[in-house]
Amino acid sequence: MKTVYEKPHALSDVPLHYCPGCTHGIIHKLVAGVIDDLGIEDRTVGIASVGCSVFAYNYFNCDMIQAAHGRAPAVATGVKRTHPDTVVFTYQGDGDLAAIGTAETVHIATRGENVTIIFVNNAIYGMTGGQMAPTTLPGQVTTTSPYGRDRKIQGSPIRICEMLSTLDGVALAARTSVDSPKNINATKKLIEKAFRNQLEGKGLSIVEVLSTCPTNWGMTPKAALEWLRENMMSYYPLGVFKDGEAVR
Amino acid sequence: MKGNEAIAEAAINAGCLYYFGYPITPQTEISEYMAKRMPKVGGLCLQAESEISAINMTMGAAASGARAMTSSSSPGVSLKSEGISYIAGCDLPCLIVNVQRGGPGLGGIQPSQSDYYQATRGVGHGDLRLIVLAPSSVQEMASLTAEAFDLADTYRMPAMLLADGALGQMMEPVDFSLFKKREVPEKEWAANGHGGKRKKNIINSLFIDPQELENSVVARYERYKKVEENEVKYEEFMTDDADIVLVAFGITARVAKSAITAVRESGIKAGLLRPITLWPFPKKEIGALADRARAFLTVEMNMGQMIDDVRLAVGGKRPVDGYTRTGGIIPSVDEVEDKIRRMAASL
Amino acid sequence: MTTTMIFAGSGGQGIQFSGKQTAKTAMHQGKNVTFLPSYGPEMRGGTSNCTVVISDGEIGSPSVTSPDIAVVMNLPSFDKFEPRVKAGGLLVCDTTMIDKKTERADIDTLCVPASELASENGLTGFANVIILGAIIKKTGLFTFDEFLGLLVGSIPESKAALREKNEKALRMGYEF
Repeated sequence: MKTVYEKPHALSDVPLHYCPGCTHGIIHKLVAGVIDDLGIEDRTVGIASVGCSVFAYNYFNCDMIQAAHGRAPAVATGVKRTHPDTVVFTYQGDGDLAAIGTAETVHIATRGENVTIIFVNNAIYGMTGGQMAPTTLPGQVTTTSPYGRDRKIQGSPIRICEMLSTLDGVALAARTSVDSPKNINATKKLIEKAFRNQLEGKGLSIVEVLSTCPTNWGMTPKAALEWLRENMMSYYPLGVFKDGEAVR
Repeated sequence: MKGNEAIAEAAINAGCLYYFGYPITPQTEISEYMAKRMPKVGGLCLQAESEISAINMTMGAAASGARAMTSSSSPGVSLKSEGISYIAGCDLPCLIVNVQRGGPGLGGIQPSQSDYYQATRGVGHGDLRLIVLAPSSVQEMASLTAEAFDLADTYRMPAMLLADGALGQMMEPVDFSLFKKREVPEKEWAANGHGGKRKKNIINSLFIDPQELENSVVARYERYKKVEENEVKYEEFMTDDADIVLVAFGITARVAKSAITAVRESGIKAGLLRPITLWPFPKKEIGALADRARAFLTVEMNMGQMIDDVRLAVGGKRPVDGYTRTGGIIPSVDEVEDKIRRMAASL
Repeated sequence: MTTTMIFAGSGGQGIQFSGKQTAKTAMHQGKNVTFLPSYGPEMRGGTSNCTVVISDGEIGSPSVTSPDIAVVMNLPSFDKFEPRVKAGGLLVCDTTMIDKKTERADIDTLCVPASELASENGLTGFANVIILGAIIKKTGLFTFDEFLGLLVGSIPESKAALREKNEKALRMGYEF
């Protein structure tokens, strides 16, 4: 029989716990696929964060470390600096990377650590049940912004890639999305570039993936994808904000 | 050599090639020494953006199998406490140095022992212990640093060197040839790439199923029990015939020794038990002294923290009093002497 | 035999240096020794002090209330430590900086106009070394040569002028 589809080897057989319609599964598969394509599973160490992707340590077949909320970039630094031959990636959500771990994020970038960050932005805290995130859009209703995020009260959402692209230590800062097959393919290419940059010693690479949370947005998966396209993409334009080599 | 420098040099001698820190008085000399020496021995001294980041870098290094350390002083150790809890929960060996200063809050920068509770009770959330070593000389700043790494590796748990600003700043001669090294187990559990040769390693402290979490904690406490059985360290000074036994650690143990020597001249039988490991605490040894001695006196640079452990060890058999100074003040020999004399008079 | 010393003065007078050099020399004699500095903001322009304990036996407390020898190089330090000198002890003063005299009859004093001597002899900044020279002469804790050896031994050959000044200052104090 001809094999028409095979899951990446770097993705384990453990069933994913994600909600129906959640895009984490797609992003996991893309990351695992890149690890397969580059043949680096045996020397990759992944850092799982706190948020919906907290169980990522179960889903990848490489060595995994589970870090405290927001601290994955610091843990990654510890691994990479002591074991430069490893390939190190963090997998973080918006609350983890852009709120509680902002300092760690900014400083891993400015130091130009030779590490890959996969940043999943779905504009909400998923695991704790739909609270306002640093990336929640103005007017967006969450359980802790029940009248819609008001810029006067809660401030404005944070554009991580634009901000990090100003830092010398960053090799790649790119935002992408997994709302369509076309964008999924583009995302895979960027993730691959982010890992290649690490293999070539270019510095910190971050790929921000716009993602949906149908459960906490209160939408069907299809409506969620449309909401992402209509609302998130205007505030968070897709694109490559920095592409080169870190100045170190 | 300064106490802080002795820690740094001893760590490098002990094969620790990775140091992550953040400046804070009175321990900054550790960072400065590491920054100078590490590049010369092929190691790394990395100044983190915060204490939080420094402890998590240490965690990453430890998780991937490196011998690593971080250091700070009291307020900075509070920031590290989250990371220490994760390190304990992941069964990772590393060294955390606390060169204590006065607290709470920003407190002061003068020497203190007011993080005793934090080190032995509440260094992070959850059921956990640290091996806590309390040096009382610059020589011990060095020798206990080396020992702390070996203990951490042997029992796969974090160790803390609990010093204070006076020990950190003071200078005494040090002999680095005096250390004995232990055989420590291979780190087969480390996450540094499976190399296609083994199953993947996971370093993790998350157990959603309460039964699994309980099992993991109970297993860890079995290891803690072994530490309590095998690794208690203490020093006794003139306790054989002592009516009054002083209990003091670190710098105050030296003040206590001077005071004991002085009161002995006027015939007062005082002695000292100096815990070197604060956890595991020498409770059996203090309990045994409670059968012979008539009273106990703790001397501490806090409002009386270790006294709780001494009372537990004495078990109500004898009165336990405390002489305490806090805020960054080292008790003077005269004050302690006076306290012993008053106790002796009322025996 | 145990000797306890406190050195005190203003930041910048070389107080810590004096204490360290004394401790170092005692260490080379094979003695047990502790050097306990004051530290933190007080080092920067304020008062500065350090405690040195030298002993043939084990040293208990490195922190001392009543020293055998107090070396004071400014007025606030005189006011603080003069009353604390152990009976039978020694008070050493830089009299250029201190216009008071002790009224205690139970202690010995060594008065050296060190800052004045220093500025008159092109040794500005070496008043502390002049004082050290006077102390070793007075106490006999160290020989001139062993103290000088370690004092200039830590200065690189390239800084010949610095070595010379240190030696000149130490000798000036020793011969005072």
